[in-house]
Amino acid sequence: MIEAKTLPTNYVTKPGAIKSSSGKTLRTEEMIVNMGPQHPSTHGVLRLEIIIDGEIINDVIPHIGYLHRCFEKHAEHMTNYQQVIPYADRMDYCSAITNEWAFALAAERMLKIEVPERVEYIRVIMAELQRIASHLIAVGTYGIDAGAFTPFLYCFIDREKILDLFEMTCGARLLYNYVWIGGLSHDLPPKFVEQTKEFCTYFRPRIKMINDLLTYNEIFVKRTANVGVLPKDVAINYAASGPMLRGSGINWDLRRDDPYSVYDKLEWEPQIGKGEVGAVGDCWDRHIVRMREMEQSLNIIEQALAKLPEGNVQAALPKRIRPDKDAEVYVRTETPRGELGFYVVSDGTASPFRVKARGPAFVNLSVLPEISRGAMLADLVLIAGSVDIVLGEVDR
Amino acid sequence: MTAQDIHDKLKAAFGDAVQEAKLDAMQPWIRIAPNRTAEVCAWLHDQPEMKLDYLMCLSGMDYNNGKLGVVYHLSSIEHKHKIVLKTECPKDDPHVLTVSGVWGTANWHEREAYDMYGIIFDGHPDLRRLLMPDDWDGHPLRKDYKVQEFYHGMKVPY
Repeated sequence: MIEAKTLPTNYVTKPGAIKSSSGKTLRTEEMIVNMGPQHPSTHGVLRLEIIIDGEIINDVIPHIGYLHRCFEKHAEHMTNYQQVIPYADRMDYCSAITNEWAFALAAERMLKIEVPERVEYIRVIMAELQRIASHLIAVGTYGIDAGAFTPFLYCFIDREKILDLFEMTCGARLLYNYVWIGGLSHDLPPKFVEQTKEFCTYFRPRIKMINDLLTYNEIFVKRTANVGVLPKDVAINYAASGPMLRGSGINWDLRRDDPYSVYDKLEWEPQIGKGEVGAVGDCWDRHIVRMREMEQSLNIIEQALAKLPEGNVQAALPKRIRPDKDAEVYVRTETPRGELGFYVVSDGTASPFRVKARGPAFVNLSVLPEISRGAMLADLVLIAGSVDIVLGEVDR
Repeated sequence: MTAQDIHDKLKAAFGDAVQEAKLDAMQPWIRIAPNRTAEVCAWLHDQPEMKLDYLMCLSGMDYNNGKLGVVYHLSSIEHKHKIVLKTECPKDDPHVLTVSGVWGTANWHEREAYDMYGIIFDGHPDLRRLLMPDDWDGHPLRKDYKVQEFYHGMKVPY
């Protein structure tokens, strides 16, 4: 038998290698497999370099940047702050409203503008509708990752109804440019409140239906329980956020813990993973957090619709938006994927000196190697799916 | 804990590593020496009354005055307080000590700052470009960046 140390490193036996019947360890060879960039279950153009030993994953190296268009450089070269908003839309294209809201909030904090209360309520309604639409994509495509096609179609039927509401409000179905600095581009159309109420009544039983179809499906539970467990301390150390952090049992939601807008006037509960079918922080926990958040979003929408005040939808703005020299702000908001932060620095001119976008999907993806090591190759699809990445935001 | 308390405690523990502070700003910040970032951050992370365990954001900066910088936005899950740390380094010799040993999330953020600004994080386990291709010339977010004319025979500026 050849001494292990004389072999090249990739031949050295890894712990957990197969043992033959005589008790001697059989050497297995590490193999590198590429997943992506063109692969349906990477949810976009993401390349995962997977180092496997048999079917066990030894390491995963994500390669990102295929969609990189340097949003931050674009933002610096705009002639005013308002022009950045359509670019912010295109970061996380599954939840555009929350992106533009985050940037508008950053600009408003720098300018110290108070927006009218009606605007705040409309923004909350829109953001929560967007959260449902975004979670529907996450849940639907996650079903596909697990081999269930039907829930995906149901999710998309419902998402379409939300997109119709957006379309009647601002004309766009995906990238809205609706939240402007100091206000909104349009007021709500006449039948919006009525139709949104109808949608809420319609959608509540649908959540239960998707749960019955997918969440508590035996095969789905077996595929996702105890897979990709993200422990609490690792989640915090890697600054995971959104359902990823709450799935690990940490009760942390920026809408409550770093409140902005009128979320503190509405009643709702952050949802956390409790390890109902497996360990706390597994893929199933992240999935159920999304399902339950949709219900909470419905509660928020209904309350906000009931409280919606009358008034103007645009605050008085200075003619040219020029924050003070050296004004800087880091604003964080809770998007469907987690903490979206904008760090904006002004040099006193009409265009930002520096814009840094801290995307939740970018940060959540960086924890993927941690939670994939030791998993089976087939489970990697489910682990990557449970992170709910949008590559437009990872790469910016 | 207020920014003033954090600043005083930091000053008492590290002395001249704390270079400057602006505590009356909208978001108070403290500037620390680039070669002391790792120990200062580890201390802030571990002290039970600080417990700044959540690195919200790490941004590279080009101040356009011959200096590059790194900005750390920290918060605490338990105590819910926040603080901003800054550090600066000269543009022609940009070295900052890595904090990826303190917060795992800093790993990718630092790679991005290296990619975009060319800041070298000493001690980083895997300092490769993150968003741009490995053989790209220059660091795009620097204020004096000129885009390369050709990349593998393809014309770059459009």
